[in-house]
Amino acid sequence: MSRSCSYVDAVREASEQEMARDPSVIVFGLDVDDPKAIQGTTRGLVEKFGEERVFGTPLSEDAMTGVAIGMALAGLRPVHVHIRMDFLMLSMNQLVNMAAKMRYMYGGQVSVPLVVRSMIGKSWGQGAQHSQGLYSFFMHVPGLKVVAPSTPYDAKGCLVAAIRDDNPVLFVEHRILHFQRGPVPEKIYEIRPGRARVVQEGRDVTIVGISYMQLEALRAHYYLADQGVQAEIIDPIWLSPLDIDTIVSSVRKTGRLLVVDNGWTTCGASAEIVARVAEALQDDEPARFRRMGFAHVTCPTAPNLEERFYPNARTIAAAAYDLVQGRASGWLPEPREDLKALEFKGPF
Amino acid sequence: MTRRYTEEQIRRFYRQLYRIRRVEEEVARIYPSDKIKSPVHLSIGQEAVSVAVCECLNPDDVVFGSYRSHALYLAKGGDLKTMIAELYGKGTGCGKGKAGSMHLIHLPSRVMGASAVVGTTIPQAVGYAYAVKLRQEPVVVVSFFGDGATEEGVFYESLNFAALKKLPIVFICENNQYAIHTHQSARQAKCNIAERAAVFGMPAETIDDDFFAVLERVGETVDALRKGAAGPFFFECMTYRWKEHVGPDEDYHLGYRTPEEAAPWHARDAVRVLGERVPDAERAKIESDIEREIREAFDFAEQSPWPADSELFEDVFKEGGA
Repeated sequence: MSRSCSYVDAVREASEQEMARDPSVIVFGLDVDDPKAIQGTTRGLVEKFGEERVFGTPLSEDAMTGVAIGMALAGLRPVHVHIRMDFLMLSMNQLVNMAAKMRYMYGGQVSVPLVVRSMIGKSWGQGAQHSQGLYSFFMHVPGLKVVAPSTPYDAKGCLVAAIRDDNPVLFVEHRILHFQRGPVPEKIYEIRPGRARVVQEGRDVTIVGISYMQLEALRAHYYLADQGVQAEIIDPIWLSPLDIDTIVSSVRKTGRLLVVDNGWTTCGASAEIVARVAEALQDDEPARFRRMGFAHVTCPTAPNLEERFYPNARTIAAAAYDLVQGRASGWLPEPREDLKALEFKGPF
Repeated sequence: MTRRYTEEQIRRFYRQLYRIRRVEEEVARIYPSDKIKSPVHLSIGQEAVSVAVCECLNPDDVVFGSYRSHALYLAKGGDLKTMIAELYGKGTGCGKGKAGSMHLIHLPSRVMGASAVVGTTIPQAVGYAYAVKLRQEPVVVVSFFGDGATEEGVFYESLNFAALKKLPIVFICENNQYAIHTHQSARQAKCNIAERAAVFGMPAETIDDDFFAVLERVGETVDALRKGAAGPFFFECMTYRWKEHVGPDEDYHLGYRTPEEAAPWHARDAVRVLGERVPDAERAKIESDIEREIREAFDFAEQSPWPADSELFEDVFKEGGA
């Protein structure tokens, strides 16, 4: 596994390989066939597969989601792409009232093999409506699957698995993760639902980082190591269905759980994970819990406000340290130049 | 009327119309007993549109409808026994007791699942038509919806995409003029649904409450699509709901409409008009056959078991994959 490529290339390659393998796979969405090709994730697809299988759409998220469902009912495997997750709010009726429910309410007679790709933005003034991580909305609804891969390796394997899945899958990307590079096999492979990944083993505190916050959690691990704290870092990868057992096992060992979400904490993915771990551990030694996520406000654009809106490696490390200490110690690591977050420089 | 129809065709049309009318009358009769475990939105008075359109279709053609789809389901060939069992909430129902009246489906006759949320199946029909065109299948897709659905944004989005991609789809707006209890003129700045469809560049017309007019215009259109004409096509079919929005009764006591308004629609009743063209003896045979079929369907529903408790957790996801 020597080849290294970007998250963007991993997504593009998964799409291309699946389209080549299965003629029923089609890709569409606003601007998938334009010169920027959704940050490059759809580059070359229209040239290779033609404009009937790869096409840009009218600005009609509601109808195009219904169109995707209709295609899926007819036996196609549509991949519907949204350049921001915020735009999915225009698709909610079709996703929640129809895609999620059709197999059940029609007595198991139909299936909806649909992938909905969408991206969460961050930094450089993405602001109120280009920054939202709204995947917990979809975790709430039976009949939908949700995946938020954080590495190029998982991006490729999860997208392949999502396309092959016979059910609707929300595939959640993050604009900053697009810049990540990592090992990605050229061969085709699947990362299926059901297995979280222990990315870093540790004995003192379990940190679950979701989507982009997985990156910040990994940086926090180094800050904590400087203090002699061994953090176990877990990437849930698939949020629905969620592999809670891996997280429970870890917390059974560490006794402390910090869930860092790339969304708001109230009724969010972090609330769900903490609640399920707490329920599973009721007969064990009492564990300590903490959640972090977006500040409970709308995302601002001014850099100083935005900085305070998001958790980051240092605030995550501080929260984990206090969990281990069992008190508010006031410790916050000095910034390490080698652990600075990649900042996006725009324009989009 | 421009075409002539054989006696056999007339008998068939009458049989279809009468069967749907009688099934729903029986649903209405049984409804107060609480044996039917689902709200029912009856098609009584509107049968002619579904029957006329479906008489133009092949078994492989695909229809999408709304929560008021009993007539469409039966006209396209949906199974009566499993429909009634579904209304009863039984495990033998067409949706295994998970669908009810508002989500009827019958895949063997290509009746795709109906939806209770107004307008939601319109884009799905369009997507299905996209797949049909992509695979070059000789299939026509028909999307049925009411006048209320034309107020939803998704209606215009769907028409635009269907016209943009020239899809093999026929839109059938069953305009009964009422969304629940509110007249079209209180909801739409101009009552010109077909005109609004036409601006997307598709042929669009309004057809009066006339079974044969729907049969002929839609028939010509479906034939043209089969011969390779570019879609989509749009028909606004004028009709009238005789019963209340939901439930088995009339609703003149609410005061939003009057028996006088309904009278001309009753006078044109396609069930009666077609019935008068069938000789008495044949008509009696048709009607007694249908009565027996209906009795058997309700008996089937009565005698069917509830779904197994374990069914609660079945059918959330399909296992496996491509």
